Amino acid sequence: MMATGMVSHGRDLSPLPPAATSKRKRPWWLSGTPVVTAVVVAAVFVVWPMLASGYWVQASTSAAAFAMAALGVSVLVGRVGLISLGQVALVATGAWIALRLGYGTGLPFPVIVFLAGVGTGVVGLVIGLPSLWLSGLTFAVLTLMGAAAITLVLTVISFPNGGGGLTGFASTGDSAPMLERPMYADSDADYFRLALVIAVLMFALVLIHLNSRAGRAWEAIRQSPAAAIGTGIDVVRYKLWAILLASFIAGVAGAVMAGAGGIRVTLFPVQDSIIIVAAVLMAGAFSLWGAIVAAVLMKFLGAAFTLLDVSSSLLLILFGAGIIQVLLQSPQGIVGQLQGVVARRRRRDRTADTGQAEGEQDA
Amino acid sequence: MLSVRGLTVRYGAVVSLNDVSFEFPTATTCGLIGPNGAGKTTFLNTVSGFSKPAAGAITAFGEELGPMSGYQRARWGLRRTFQTEQTIHKLTVYDNVAMVHEHSRSRRANRRAAVRDALDFVGLGGMGDTAVGELDAGNRRMVEIARAVVGEPQLILMDEPAAGLPDNETARLSEIIRAIPERTGALTVLVDHDMDLVTSCCSITAVLDFGSLLAIGATAEVLADTRVAKAYLGEEIDEEEEQTS
Repeated sequence: MMATGMVSHGRDLSPLPPAATSKRKRPWWLSGTPVVTAVVVAAVFVVWPMLASGYWVQASTSAAAFAMAALGVSVLVGRVGLISLGQVALVATGAWIALRLGYGTGLPFPVIVFLAGVGTGVVGLVIGLPSLWLSGLTFAVLTLMGAAAITLVLTVISFPNGGGGLTGFASTGDSAPMLERPMYADSDADYFRLALVIAVLMFALVLIHLNSRAGRAWEAIRQSPAAAIGTGIDVVRYKLWAILLASFIAGVAGAVMAGAGGIRVTLFPVQDSIIIVAAVLMAGAFSLWGAIVAAVLMKFLGAAFTLLDVSSSLLLILFGAGIIQVLLQSPQGIVGQLQGVVARRRRRDRTADTGQAEGEQDA
Repeated sequence: MLSVRGLTVRYGAVVSLNDVSFEFPTATTCGLIGPNGAGKTTFLNTVSGFSKPAAGAITAFGEELGPMSGYQRARWGLRRTFQTEQTIHKLTVYDNVAMVHEHSRSRRANRRAAVRDALDFVGLGGMGDTAVGELDAGNRRMVEIARAVVGEPQLILMDEPAAGLPDNETARLSEIIRAIPERTGALTVLVDHDMDLVTSCCSITAVLDFGSLLAIGATAEVLADTRVAKAYLGEEIDEEEEQTS
């Protein structure tokens, strides 16, 4: 109280109610209204598999998986400021672990998905360890090399298809093995619904992180290491935690893919690890919506091109052009451009409400 | 109290601090002044753990800071404000202050009250929900000071907090800085070129020049020292003397 009186000759802040601090505002990263989000997700869950053909339902399942992978990229790039070019290779790792466990054990599907996430998290952590010493481009290149190494190993050992030994590969087995789906999600439509539920869980996991100590620490690290250290943040630990989280989600995405259809190494080309980062940057790395848009762009456009018999290289060209547009005009990406329109309108409303108070402050 | 002994900092061939030893004995606000390039910011960087000294020891309130890394010093109770303020622009005013508290040794149960208290202290009581990026420079500076006083700080280092502020905001800043020792019990080291600010806030002032300690003592006496005036004004004082003689 004493202090408030003392500083009163700066700006007069009295028009603002002092009680405002006790009521926390909706955090900035929850940019879409939660209710609208819930309705849209529920509609997609119920209606989409009934309307869409089998082809598009399968494309939707891989879009759900890629939305998770893109979510991990979005956390690293948009929140922590780490460019990792190994995400799709980590998805492949998750698929491998899920298949190995699926063929080798009788574990229930959710447990396999979880363990694939944990195992991939460990692999991602090992690749990401250099982030303690390296940064920027060097780190990005190193993760790309990690992705290439994973792809090479997977090419040699192949995906498990019911064989014995550590690799679980039998040359007589299926060349494109698939994780056995749980009974409650045996059809393509139900499996898509399951994938959607898992994706929602992963988005919730990330949202919880962003709203907690970790999210605030990441934001400080992204803005400036000096600010983070000055705040008392252990930069190393929080960077590794972000890498672990992103890799865990990639592993879960891989397990979901393993149940979606036959898995082979060619499904995970090294270049996809780069394309997914491009897609996330283009769609918007600073909003979680960007991960969804990125996955839809990658998988739906890809599926549409396949249907229309257009070369998939066109996708690469479009992404290249898109990323140039984003870098030149709007670092916030497609989602950011859409949100800009909404935010401007909201700010106008708010200014109209508090116009008098702001007028006094300006005086 | 803060004490440095034989502190030497080199950047390649450049010696930024050369065998500096002195002590700020009491937990009040102490000034650190000197011409540009004297080593003031290097001193703050070294005490806060951003730069590693080539030699020397830093002790604060009986604890060696040397072995602690930067973030550990922050958790111990070292706070820092920067020439260019380093608030987290995307987070709210409340979160900016609360995150310092959550990485300090203070108890979680008191966080809300402590943060609100710190915001009231700098006059941002009603603005907890505003994103810091939407504030003007003066209020972002106040957020940084709220971050410095929250969560039981022991040592607060301020690097030119008045830089770029208009006069009326500097007056407000001065009152807040003067209230810090009583409020927190922390020792504040204030680096600034604004001599009015240093005079009004600091009982003790140390002067650095070319990386060495030039003088330390009661602020008024130090500022009256002709060596200090000469260091600050450099050649100009010589010219003046020549003209008057």
